Amino acid sequence: MFKILQKSFKVGSATADYPAISPRLAEQFRGCPEFDFEAWSDARPAAEACPTGAIALHDKNGLRQVTVDYGRCIFCGECEAASADGAVRMTRKFELAASDRRDLVLTAEYALRPDGTHDALQASASGSLLEEPVKRVAESIQSLLGRSLSIRQVDAGSCNGCEQEIVALNNPVHDIERFGIHFVASPRHADMLLVTGPVTRNMELALRKTWAATPDPKIVVAVGACGISGGIFGANYASLGGVDAVIPVDVYIPGCPPRPEALLHGILLAVGYQARVRTSL
Amino acid sequence: MTTFFDELHDRFPDLVRSVEETVSNQVVVLLNGPDVTAIVRHFIAEHQARIVTVFAEDRVKAEGVFYNYYVFDRPGEPSWVILKAPIPERFPSFPSLAAELPAINWQEREIQDWLGLEAVGHPNPRRVALHDNWPDVHPMRKSFPLETVLPPFEGEQHVYRPTYGEGVFQIPVGPVHAGIIEPGHFNFAVAGEPILYLQLRMFYTHKGTEKLFENLPVHRAIFLAESISGDSAFSHGTAFCQAVERAAEIAVPARAQFMRTILLELERIENHIADVGAIANDVGFVIANAHAGRMREIVLYLNESLTGSRVLRGMVAIGGVRRDWQQDQVEAIERALKVVEREFSDLVAIIQTSDSTRDRLEHTGILRSEKALMLGIVGVAGRASGIDRDTRRDHPYEAYSQLPFNVPVYDAGDVRHRMQVRIDELGESIQMIRAAAALLPEGPHRAPTAPIPPGRCAMSAVEGWRGEIVHWVRTGEGNRIERCKIKDPSINNWPAIVEAVEGNIVADFPVINKSFNLSYSGTDR
Repeated sequence: MFKILQKSFKVGSATADYPAISPRLAEQFRGCPEFDFEAWSDARPAAEACPTGAIALHDKNGLRQVTVDYGRCIFCGECEAASADGAVRMTRKFELAASDRRDLVLTAEYALRPDGTHDALQASASGSLLEEPVKRVAESIQSLLGRSLSIRQVDAGSCNGCEQEIVALNNPVHDIERFGIHFVASPRHADMLLVTGPVTRNMELALRKTWAATPDPKIVVAVGACGISGGIFGANYASLGGVDAVIPVDVYIPGCPPRPEALLHGILLAVGYQARVRTSL
Repeated sequence: MTTFFDELHDRFPDLVRSVEETVSNQVVVLLNGPDVTAIVRHFIAEHQARIVTVFAEDRVKAEGVFYNYYVFDRPGEPSWVILKAPIPERFPSFPSLAAELPAINWQEREIQDWLGLEAVGHPNPRRVALHDNWPDVHPMRKSFPLETVLPPFEGEQHVYRPTYGEGVFQIPVGPVHAGIIEPGHFNFAVAGEPILYLQLRMFYTHKGTEKLFENLPVHRAIFLAESISGDSAFSHGTAFCQAVERAAEIAVPARAQFMRTILLELERIENHIADVGAIANDVGFVIANAHAGRMREIVLYLNESLTGSRVLRGMVAIGGVRRDWQQDQVEAIERALKVVEREFSDLVAIIQTSDSTRDRLEHTGILRSEKALMLGIVGVAGRASGIDRDTRRDHPYEAYSQLPFNVPVYDAGDVRHRMQVRIDELGESIQMIRAAAALLPEGPHRAPTAPIPPGRCAMSAVEGWRGEIVHWVRTGEGNRIERCKIKDPSINNWPAIVEAVEGNIVADFPVINKSFNLSYSGTDR
């Protein structure tokens, strides 16, 4: 017993004070890619390299529509490596949670040269944060529960990568309980479902039942590229794709897996705890 | 070597069509028909062979047949033997071996489900991978398109073995569990507190992974391999790359081999720390888990500084690794290891001096050696039950043949010793990484990219932190994969949990389960 206490005193507090203080990131950390649409001379190599279809092209009548979907992105960096013009750059951004699925999608339209490279940028658009729906739920949760929140985690078919980082939220470094947030064993005790995907056909019924068992008002947060869109698995004979193919989703947290701070950012955003919100990608 | 195959030809002249070593240390024995019983019995009786995995492939369009592949490993032999048994399209069945080889009970049933080849004489021929409410489909047949939309499923129809007797009842658990873990269903038959028997139902997270590999460009397939089992992303990614490299005869530069080895061991360290903490946690010793969680963050930060990802994703590549290391990155390894080594020994001391914790772990969830051997248990669970096997030593890959290490083996087979194997292995891993970092050769970190020749087959085995991961690939046209078979160690080890929990109390199930810590996603794919 004495030894245990001695060790605890020696270690002291290990908790990182996110979000008040930016997390300690390794220099090599890869966040999401950023796109300089003006400078992008050819999107084909990046689209070809992308393992999940997060960068998609649609060529028609001498025009090219480029779609970049952070809801599919796994932050692998292959688009940057494939793009010789330097228009795609990996950043250290990870606070990407959004309440509207469309906010995770960027689009650009180019006129094409005969060799398939881009001529002029015709238009580009990025999603902007629509705070309202989240805020509304958040207010009702807060008025009911103050600052306490109970989360039931549901693995609807993930590879267990997201679960690793969700488990890390409970360790002393990330310590989610300091916000009055804790993980509970039953959906009947939960205010929030934290769902990872893709939703498999074999888990569809279980997910629906879990959702139905969660009392109102409730928040659903879809975690990771697979939870948002089906990710690298997409929709196929065994997978329905993202969580919102089965139950309504309030907040989406991109990443593969999202690091614990990204998860915290999304969860705090969902309950309206955090004043600092992302305004555009 | 030659005598072994001469012997095969002599003893089974009617069965064996050819013997070929297409890939170094992988001998393919092509048979004339689907019945492998006589040869398998011979392998086991005369050569103490162990069946590693069995799987099937649809080659109907190309060759007019299906193939069953039986992979064997023989003690002291670095080479694998792969029996390749053709199954005609018109008679899609093969004699089951599951009654004498319980280790392949599930895998034979998987072949039934995925490809519609009947395992004749199987002791329990029910579906395993496709749940009862699935329509009559066989997704791994080439004629089945990946995007097939199946009709909505009806409710559950699975019939569990009933339980009779006074005071005897059943406890259904899952698929959504109480902790932050993956989904699966456990049906406990209990007489008061003690468990009479446990029935498992897996494959809830089946997401078509092997089907997705079909026709997938190799450069994308690596990322799919990293998503087979999230806690073993680097091991599965490496197993996949090795299989392709062997099929395409790509030589991986020495520096990359050492870098991969270091990262494979870091994956082991990270997971072993987490498991030791979680095992203590599951018997109520929460403080140990808090220290373990803190320690794990040190390793994850190191992972990030070496690969850009806390969980080692996006690093392994065909022919090596994607990013080279600077000297300061290599130096960071030793700094982190020093802290982990010191902290971990404190953690182990804290756990071992807690009598109430030890009391819960010792003699709990015993898996006897005979049972483990019969069920073909691999990895940590096998080594805690007297099975002295480790792919790193028995079939060395990457830089393992150049590093000294011990393989801890215990006979007790209880939770305590599954934890002890992890504790010992963690120490070995630290020494291995130190040795590898000291020997880290200069030179390129990746072989130049070259087209992947089509129609080549090869397997690879990696000792993931759980145990033996096997990948087998057939390459296709245009740098694509035609078939990738994945065997996660969890497939072998689930039946061990059923054995280990018998007679234990329900309250000890979580810690017994955690001491195996199997991957649902790796099983279900």
